[in-house]
Amino acid sequence: MFDKTVKQLGDALRKKEFSSTELTQAYLERSKSINSKLNAFISFDEERTLMQARAADKTLATEKSTALTGIPIAHKDIWCAKDWVTTCGSRMLETFRAPYNAHIINRFNEYGAVIQGKTNMDEFAMGSSNETSWFGNVKNPWDLTRVPGGSSGGSAAAVAAGMTPAATGTDTGGSIRQPAALCGVSGLKPTYGLVSRYGMIAFASSLDQGGPMAKSAEDLAILLEAMVGFDPNDSTSLERPAVDYSNSISDSIAGLRIGIPKEYFSDQIAPDVQTSIALALTEYQKLGATLVDISLPTSPLSVAAYYVIAPAEASSNLSRFDGVRYGYRAPEYKDLTEMYSKTRAQGFGAEVRRRILIGTYVLSHGYYDAYYIKAQKVRRLISEDFARAFSSCDVIMSPTTPSTAFKLGEKVSDPVQMYLSDTFTIAANLAGLPAMSIPCGLDKNNLPVGLQLIGNYFDEARMIAAAHQYQLATDWHLKKPPLSIA
Amino acid sequence: MEWEIVIGIETHVQLSTRSKIFSGASTDFGASANTHACEVDLALPGVLPVLNREAVEKAIRFGLSTKAVINRRSIFARKNYFYPDLPKGYQISQFEIPIIEGGSLTFNLDGSEKTINLTRAHLEEDAGKSLHEDFTDMTGIDLNRAGTPLLEIVSEPEMRSSNEAVEYAKTLHALVRWIGICEGNMQEGNFRCDANVSVRRKGHQKLGTRREIKNLNSFKFLQQAIEYEANWQINQIEDGLSIVQATVLFDPDNGETRLMRTKEDAHDYRYFPDPDLLPLVVKDSWIEEVRTSLPELPKSKARRYQDEFNLNESDAISLVSSLEVATYFESTLNEFNEEKEQEASKLIANWINGEVAASLNREQKNFSECPVSAARLATLVKRILDKTLSSKLARLVFEELWNSNSSVDEIIKEKGFTQLSDSGEIESFVSQVIEAHPQQVDDFRAGKEKALNSLVGQVMKLTKGKADPTQVNQILRSKLG
Repeated sequence: MFDKTVKQLGDALRKKEFSSTELTQAYLERSKSINSKLNAFISFDEERTLMQARAADKTLATEKSTALTGIPIAHKDIWCAKDWVTTCGSRMLETFRAPYNAHIINRFNEYGAVIQGKTNMDEFAMGSSNETSWFGNVKNPWDLTRVPGGSSGGSAAAVAAGMTPAATGTDTGGSIRQPAALCGVSGLKPTYGLVSRYGMIAFASSLDQGGPMAKSAEDLAILLEAMVGFDPNDSTSLERPAVDYSNSISDSIAGLRIGIPKEYFSDQIAPDVQTSIALALTEYQKLGATLVDISLPTSPLSVAAYYVIAPAEASSNLSRFDGVRYGYRAPEYKDLTEMYSKTRAQGFGAEVRRRILIGTYVLSHGYYDAYYIKAQKVRRLISEDFARAFSSCDVIMSPTTPSTAFKLGEKVSDPVQMYLSDTFTIAANLAGLPAMSIPCGLDKNNLPVGLQLIGNYFDEARMIAAAHQYQLATDWHLKKPPLSIA
Repeated sequence: MEWEIVIGIETHVQLSTRSKIFSGASTDFGASANTHACEVDLALPGVLPVLNREAVEKAIRFGLSTKAVINRRSIFARKNYFYPDLPKGYQISQFEIPIIEGGSLTFNLDGSEKTINLTRAHLEEDAGKSLHEDFTDMTGIDLNRAGTPLLEIVSEPEMRSSNEAVEYAKTLHALVRWIGICEGNMQEGNFRCDANVSVRRKGHQKLGTRREIKNLNSFKFLQQAIEYEANWQINQIEDGLSIVQATVLFDPDNGETRLMRTKEDAHDYRYFPDPDLLPLVVKDSWIEEVRTSLPELPKSKARRYQDEFNLNESDAISLVSSLEVATYFESTLNEFNEEKEQEASKLIANWINGEVAASLNREQKNFSECPVSAARLATLVKRILDKTLSSKLARLVFEELWNSNSSVDEIIKEKGFTQLSDSGEIESFVSQVIEAHPQQVDDFRAGKEKALNSLVGQVMKLTKGKADPTQVNQILRSKLG
């Protein structure tokens, strides 16, 4: 049961092999027992979850069920779900119970899916290792001494360890793809504007995008269909005709032109990663794809531009956490200014405070042009790089990360090293392009390697098809962590 | 040494939309605290703003009415600062590219026309309210007002006296009500002015250092605050001190301005484009649509009244002091056929600017609440024109109209208000008066013209005002002649 994909579980539910209540109960039990080892979940609400499962069982008895009816799904604790504690991995929201549903939660509810629980994450999605969470770090199921990646580390670890069939994540600079790569699961960040941000606690509004994480590309297609859709409550949401991603995954990839950006294949990449990527590309050639050399000349500047734009937006987005209306408030203060400063000093962790300070600085009078405006110009050049590249290729491939999962604590004291672990994923966010990561090998330490695919705008279907065809031909996505379950 | 006062005004005009500028919550005034604040207004985690189309349309109306440039693409920015009644920790406003730029406002003052150029007008959201009085040792926060749409209208520093500033504000106030974008209720804070005041020696080009007086919500306070502030600045400079750029508050209790903050402790608002909102794009077709829905503007209406109906300038201007007055005037005039319009218009204007305005003013009502409908006023004017009523009688009828639902003709009939037109009847009253007042008769015959007026008055008294005084005068003269 715990090895099955969403696709397989959905078929089994409709064939009445087991009920959603049984399935959900089983996953709840397993995830609760493993959670003491991995810390992948922040909260469960068994009663609420099982109530949804029972409702799903009623729907399954009718003809009105969907591919997701009765499937338990874990949600990154950045999405507001009505009456669920929604913490965003922060002390600031430790007891915050959301009074409303995020758009995607409503969508999943309409599809009949079950909320299995809320997953751990870097505080306010700021981090690449899940070590900034107020609720403790998540451990990588492949090696408990290593990080799962971040910020959607809880979701990635939960899917990898079979604690949940599928999960949601959010990706601002690689927060879906990097943990997917480090935990050996498939994850997808859609084109900016495709999935509504309403009810997703904002980190950097112009970069944030929600997406699915699952065992296979086929599952990603199913989940994406539920998540995508115009939302009048999000002004950056795009109105597009619906795409049947599950149907188009069987499209042949013969003739697919794969762009290989030279800037993403430097010698800074771990040798085992280089080897796995090279083998994956060879596999694609076998499937009929051709490799095209391309250049993304501005990409070396993407990390620098990102660490101006994202903190700038974050510094403003996080101003609402002021202790006035909800969330944490310092217990003692002598006046308003002290209430603000103590609340925010105590409620936010070090990395969040660091980024608020950076963001405040780059937006300040006299520095705005030199930092914020300059970074926006770089951002435009990066988009232009991609536009040029896509004139000669259909999809771009690269390693998702320069190395496999690193040790817990290894990069905590060196933020720049930590930031560089997102060096290949950030550009897609700056350009707003869809991108994904799929497992493509294991290194000498038996740690997963991720292959990144970047598609053109709204070209998710082709990208998912390319991933699915690869997964039909290989079995890297089926590899399981050697986790012994208590 | 002669001084010149330089004034620029920023006005926050609350746009009369049904819902807020970035959320669906109601903008109704006076609800209990925090009942008109939805998840967006409360700035809950994860919420996003969606721009209200009606607010944009009202901004376009203003731009068209002041012959300003309507930017086809404008940007919403975040103005970042912490305050308990600012839920997001930033205000969404327009900074570098506002929706409206330029334009002007013209008014008459002391018999001459003055035009004030406008710098810009931009859309923004209002903050909530801090309630300091209702709680001991605590401050209450009411977010009902948070997110109410505002149009901030900025003038060039082209006013030179408190009178000009007040006239500018009054003209702007009348205009925003006229074009239906603001209720204009100043007690409720619908229309709030900040005045930037500086002084310089007459003939000097360089502007003095300004101080900004915040949040003036009545024309009286605007006038008092500017006068106090200008005098204060002049005294400072004459005492050898200099002016420091600052924001000040006006205290209506003692009529003084006091320092709020200087430039040194001003906020760095860290403006940047709001990534949650796309650039605001206004299509030409939308602007044209709004243009056709605009009412004729007061200035051109007043000119038309002068041209078409031969009204004098001051009558015409009074009739366009609000859209309600103008509508009342035009509805009254509509009751007359074309050849009578000319004759009637002057009389109607006199009645509206005189008796009607005074009565409304006495009861603090506006023209849309006038108990005497335009149709009833029209009948009254018809009875004056056909000589059924003297002007004195007409005033008596008007009083009855004000207090009852009867028609003009019913009142005339019931109260016997018909003018005496039978000269025989009048002659008998005249004879009575001559007999009763021999002294005045002698005086008149001795050449004292004034004595005749007294006699006319006596006849009028006797007829209870029903006689035509001109006719009485003639009959008296012929009898005594």
